[in-house]
Amino acid sequence: MLVEAGHFALALALGLSLIQFVVPLWGARANDPVLMSVAPSSALAVLGCVGFAFLALTFAYLTSDFSVLNVVENSHSTKPLIYKISGVWGNHEGSMLLWVLILCLFGAVVALARNSIPMRLQANTLAVQAAVTVAFLLFILMTSNPFRRLIPAAAEGQDLNPLLQDPGLAIHPPLLYIGYVGFSISFAFACAALIDGRIDAVWARIVRPWTLAAWCFLTLGIAMGSYWAYYELGWGGWWFWDPVENASLMPWLAGTALLHSTVVMEKRDALKVWTILLAILTFSLSLLGTFLVRSGVLTSVHSFAVDPARGTFILGILMIFIGGSLALFAWRAPLLQQGGLFAPISREGALVVNNLFLASACATVFIGTLYPLALEVLTGEKISVGAPFFNATFLPLVLPLLLLLPFGQTLAWKRGNFLGTAQRLYTIFGLAILAVLITLALTRGGPVLAPFGIGLGVYLVLGSLNEIVTRSWSRGKPLSVAWAKATGLPRSTWGTVIAHAGVGLVVLGISATAWDVESLGTLKPGERIGAGPYELRLERIVPRQEANYREDAALFRVFRNGQELGTVESMKRLYVTRGMPTTEAGILTSGLTQIYVSLGEVQPDGAMGVRLYYKPLVLLIWIGAVVMALGGALSLTDRRLRIAAPSRAKASPPVASVPAE
Amino acid sequence: MMIWVILMVMTAAAVMAVLWPLSRSAAVARQVDPNTQFYRDQIAEIERDRDRGAMLPEEAEAAKAEAGRRLLRASGLRDHEALAVGEPALRRRRAVSTLALSVLPIVALAVYGAYGSPHLLSEPPGAQLRQDAGKLDLDTAVVQIEAHLAKEPQDGRGWDVLAPVYLRLGRIEEAVKAYESALRYLGRDAGRLASYGEALVIVHDGIVTADAQAVFQEALSLDASSVKARLYLARAAEQDGQVEKAKSEYQTILASAPPEAPWRGFVQDQIARIDGNQGGSAPAMREQPNAEAIVGMVQGLASRLEAQGGSPEEWARLMRSYVVLGQRDKAVAATKRAREALAQDAAGLRTIDAMAQELKLTDTGP
Repeated sequence: MLVEAGHFALALALGLSLIQFVVPLWGARANDPVLMSVAPSSALAVLGCVGFAFLALTFAYLTSDFSVLNVVENSHSTKPLIYKISGVWGNHEGSMLLWVLILCLFGAVVALARNSIPMRLQANTLAVQAAVTVAFLLFILMTSNPFRRLIPAAAEGQDLNPLLQDPGLAIHPPLLYIGYVGFSISFAFACAALIDGRIDAVWARIVRPWTLAAWCFLTLGIAMGSYWAYYELGWGGWWFWDPVENASLMPWLAGTALLHSTVVMEKRDALKVWTILLAILTFSLSLLGTFLVRSGVLTSVHSFAVDPARGTFILGILMIFIGGSLALFAWRAPLLQQGGLFAPISREGALVVNNLFLASACATVFIGTLYPLALEVLTGEKISVGAPFFNATFLPLVLPLLLLLPFGQTLAWKRGNFLGTAQRLYTIFGLAILAVLITLALTRGGPVLAPFGIGLGVYLVLGSLNEIVTRSWSRGKPLSVAWAKATGLPRSTWGTVIAHAGVGLVVLGISATAWDVESLGTLKPGERIGAGPYELRLERIVPRQEANYREDAALFRVFRNGQELGTVESMKRLYVTRGMPTTEAGILTSGLTQIYVSLGEVQPDGAMGVRLYYKPLVLLIWIGAVVMALGGALSLTDRRLRIAAPSRAKASPPVASVPAE
Repeated sequence: MMIWVILMVMTAAAVMAVLWPLSRSAAVARQVDPNTQFYRDQIAEIERDRDRGAMLPEEAEAAKAEAGRRLLRASGLRDHEALAVGEPALRRRRAVSTLALSVLPIVALAVYGAYGSPHLLSEPPGAQLRQDAGKLDLDTAVVQIEAHLAKEPQDGRGWDVLAPVYLRLGRIEEAVKAYESALRYLGRDAGRLASYGEALVIVHDGIVTADAQAVFQEALSLDASSVKARLYLARAAEQDGQVEKAKSEYQTILASAPPEAPWRGFVQDQIARIDGNQGGSAPAMREQPNAEAIVGMVQGLASRLEAQGGSPEEWARLMRSYVVLGQRDKAVAATKRAREALAQDAAGLRTIDAMAQELKLTDTGP
């Protein structure tokens, strides 16, 4: 009964979204505040309906209601509780429902932030947001309905894909979706500005926190997904340039560009049209990512042809929203007032360079992801574009961007001094070269470029922190003064510094992968295998029986230079219902370095195939991403003045940064 | 009935969410224009910051001037108080109220009626669960035994019961594993060995492999009268090309068969078929023996995969079986179904694609 009520609530949400789409637009055109005020209350009601539907589906999962087809296909009565909950979004239908839920959540937050957004802008934004909601609700109801019933009910479910039975799944999709969908707000604001034909620095100031929040979540979501793939797939890799990963990287790159261009717009009232275009493109790429992952074109172009309803529907949504918003852009953008010009050597000039590089990098990923698909559709030929392509195209674009990063951060607004900036970075550059030399002296092997990668990482981290030092410390003054000055710097400055330092940490972690050591072997209990300075001894293999799987767990003792460090356990599982084997990598963390063991086949003589990786500093990759997101969040807590004026804000709640919560 | 009340209340609440702001028109009209209020707040804030000393006076003046310009632009654009009241505004509000009162219930009911299961609402809960009790019971029993065995995998009797059921349901690979477990925990008994061998033969599409032969030999060594083992060994001989040996073995079995044995006819067919084939030049006999049994097995597999889905390997086996039986159209249809069923499974799709290539069933591509 609850399931049916949830289904009905979803239908009701569709009707409400239609009203939320039409009435505020009409109100804004007719200049009627009463009609415009329908937008917030209907946005809240839509959230109520979709939230109720989501709860109803969750309840069906919790009670293992096998008269719901979606539950039968993705759950099992013996599954642990947490996976019953995460199983709700561990499948196509449920994840689309989560997508819409987050969309409505953002809409509701915009609705509640009524005092910080001018009314017309709010009404238009919520109307655009409602249009997106209508499209996705129709998609769910017509092609991917999670409330489809199975009569007669099944006796038992088919279980969730074992790869997805992992705490990572409980966190990764919601984070990623908050990121994707968060950009829908920037998109809706951009469309609203186009509809209204008015855009100024206030617009940028309103949009920036939303973009920043979405960007933080997307960063975390991508990092989480990468770590999950690292420990769950058992290959020891952390990024595969897989189309699914690229699908999330593209909006991230565009979103990063958007983040920086809104800063320029806010401070200098420039780059307006470009910012609007970026906002549209970022969300379009989010939609494209959803399409790539959800329509099945990636697994095989055939699977798209087999179930054309879904794929065609999302393709239709893509065309309407991307085509529609770009058409709106082409029609209205010329009406927007252009901002002033500015000098090339200035912070805003550097940010333009940043935008150019990020957009080009995004374009290369776009081509590398979609070209194979297009080729397969046109000629039937299957090619795979992998790491070599991206190393040859993406890296040359990103490296100069990273090299310029500390420069841009150090340059002043309006009129910068290149030589002066370079002087301030001399020390940092020297330290980076020192790091390269030390790395060269200490290590053997690895690609030639790796020490330079380490140098680049050090340069980025120190170059970012340099801003704090130069702005607070001066020769001859006591440290306490410097400290007071540093803590007094605006939080957005700290946020910038921390986020950029996070980029440096990621670069360090990636460069260090050059010294990975991998060894393969077959071990019997008591035998040893080594990688790098570490050695593992297989103690025993224990078979275990859990609720929905059985596993062989291999217990290893870890030694470093003969000294015991602890034990690590790696498992091979067989999920009974699906008859699907998985590996659970055993990971021992020591500082930032990890030892990674995954099990292979059992040999006829009882020996266990073992794959061992030594991964120095690998944790920096994800820590760096988390630091980036933290920097973004810190910047979000900065209550910046509503206009560009130098001032130090005192504590008072941030006005438009609600999504950070 | 209860549920309809709930759905009605939900609809009413949704309509209210739209009507409520419309009813507050007077309050909204009295409000200061939110467009300009926004900038007034800004100016007040700048003044506070200047008084506090957080902003230099000249900076504050510049900032205030900027905010003032925006305020002028915003207030010059529209005059809200005049638009929130008056005849056209009233007409607009009426139109929106009508829209809310009609569109919401109609859309919700139409969409729910089209995609929902409203007939489930009137039936008492659980009634629909009891249909098709026979099939359900078998499935339930299998699930229960599986659950039991997951906890106590050493219970050989459970595997012994489960194995033939798996075979019947077309879950052949699981049947083989179940027989292996039963043999491990209950001992190598002739009857069980012969059934295990049979499952091995079915897995290999009717071919008696060397492994299966060894199993049948072992069964015979335990019980020389095991008809099943002897029949399959005769078939093995035939598949190895030793047709005469197979024929004489079949004849021996027939001679020793009791007159009421149900498999007499089958053995006679085998002999007749061998005689017929020997005249011809093409010894294509591999698939012919026991064709009905294979057809039955394939049907079982097909209906199970249709109903419950299965592994990519099982789909691939179904495709191959149809091709072996000469039913290409069915094989093509099975390929299509397999792609649908495995749409979310990249590795599975590869298996299917590879099998389709191997069998040259490529006319299903887009």
